[in-house]
Amino acid sequence: MTIVPALDLFVAGVVLIVAVWTVVARDSSSAVVGFVAYGLLLALVWVRLGAPDVALTEAAIGSGLTGALLIGAAARLRAGESSTSAEHLGGVGRTLVAALATIVAAAIAVALLSLPDPAPSLAPEAAANAGATGLGNPITNVLMAFRAMDTMLEKFVLVIALVGVWSLAPDGAWGGRPRSYHRADPEGALVFLARVLPPLGVVLGIYVLWVSADHPGGAFQGATILAAMWLVVLMAGLGDVPEVGRQQLRLMLVAGPVVFLIVGLGGLLLGGAFLSYPQDWAKPVILAIEFAMILTVAATLALLVAGPPERSAEP
Amino acid sequence: MSETIVFGLCAAVVAGLGLYGAIVNPQPLRKILAFNLLGSGVFLFFGVVARRGAAAGFPGDPIPQALVITGVVVAFSATALALALLLRYFDATGSASLRDGAASNAGPESTDA
Repeated sequence: MTIVPALDLFVAGVVLIVAVWTVVARDSSSAVVGFVAYGLLLALVWVRLGAPDVALTEAAIGSGLTGALLIGAAARLRAGESSTSAEHLGGVGRTLVAALATIVAAAIAVALLSLPDPAPSLAPEAAANAGATGLGNPITNVLMAFRAMDTMLEKFVLVIALVGVWSLAPDGAWGGRPRSYHRADPEGALVFLARVLPPLGVVLGIYVLWVSADHPGGAFQGATILAAMWLVVLMAGLGDVPEVGRQQLRLMLVAGPVVFLIVGLGGLLLGGAFLSYPQDWAKPVILAIEFAMILTVAATLALLVAGPPERSAEP
Repeated sequence: MSETIVFGLCAAVVAGLGLYGAIVNPQPLRKILAFNLLGSGVFLFFGVVARRGAAAGFPGDPIPQALVITGVVVAFSATALALALLLRYFDATGSASLRDGAASNAGPESTDA
């Protein structure tokens, strides 16, 4: 019976070791690799906390896509790394900061240990209203129905972040293509994987969205898999990033938020509240939003990783 | 319910580590990394609170769990924007340092800003 608590302690210990490594590692590339490992281990912790949906998100976005971004950035910044090594804080400063961090960690720990028991929970309400949407997965219910406003605003955040990234383009590359990846060896493993993986990945991504009605999964997790497939193709040089000024691309990027907004305003006209779904049509409406969303989110995530335009648009 | 204590304390330490790293490390990339660590400690704390609210046959309270999913995606967007800013700064100045004067050896691109 003691094997599970011992495993918990072991996983928590490994997570902490990798987190320490991420902070103290000497060069940035090692720290980034530590961070990716940390994210994957954290997914295990989320499973132990009874949250497989969060575990999928953490592994796919928190570790995978963020890792891809960070590794790319670390590689480009390597040239400038040596110039900053002389700016480390002195011993006294370090001690003070360590004391501050310890106080913050202790305060969080005290807050944790003094949480009320039994814990307040909205789970009974979520269970009582699950029948209204016809979805079996409580997380999807919360994301798409009970707190759909949060999910809609998050779509806007993604698109606004992409607008922010694109606005960092140099003047000459305005509306052009993001930087291209190094040409991969056409006989190499990357090109082979980029031909074999995408058909499987696209099916898997749509499957993860489809099962999220009743089982762990979801539109973000599915969209991340689709984005990863596109990125593999781009990195292998089998396709090029589209010009960010293209009309179709921009339509795709706003499709998700626009469908969400139309449904929301429709609810205002028909049901009397923003984002209220028609009683018998809740599930089809939610699936329609999710399928519009998966395209938009996949494209946005991949383009966020691709970065701002750096090559000028062809005339 | 021992896992809530173990992973709750783990979340507290990770948040503290992230704060330490964000202040002590001079390179902006390492600060972004540490900031993500700090955020994930907070998410983990949220997950522990959700686990404590397990009821009605669910392994955890689904509302905080759904909020964490939204939070992870927003954290990714913020990280992407921060890294794009950092790389643009690096391309424009040839330096990844935030110290005053370190950008004096400005590259040719800095004139078109």
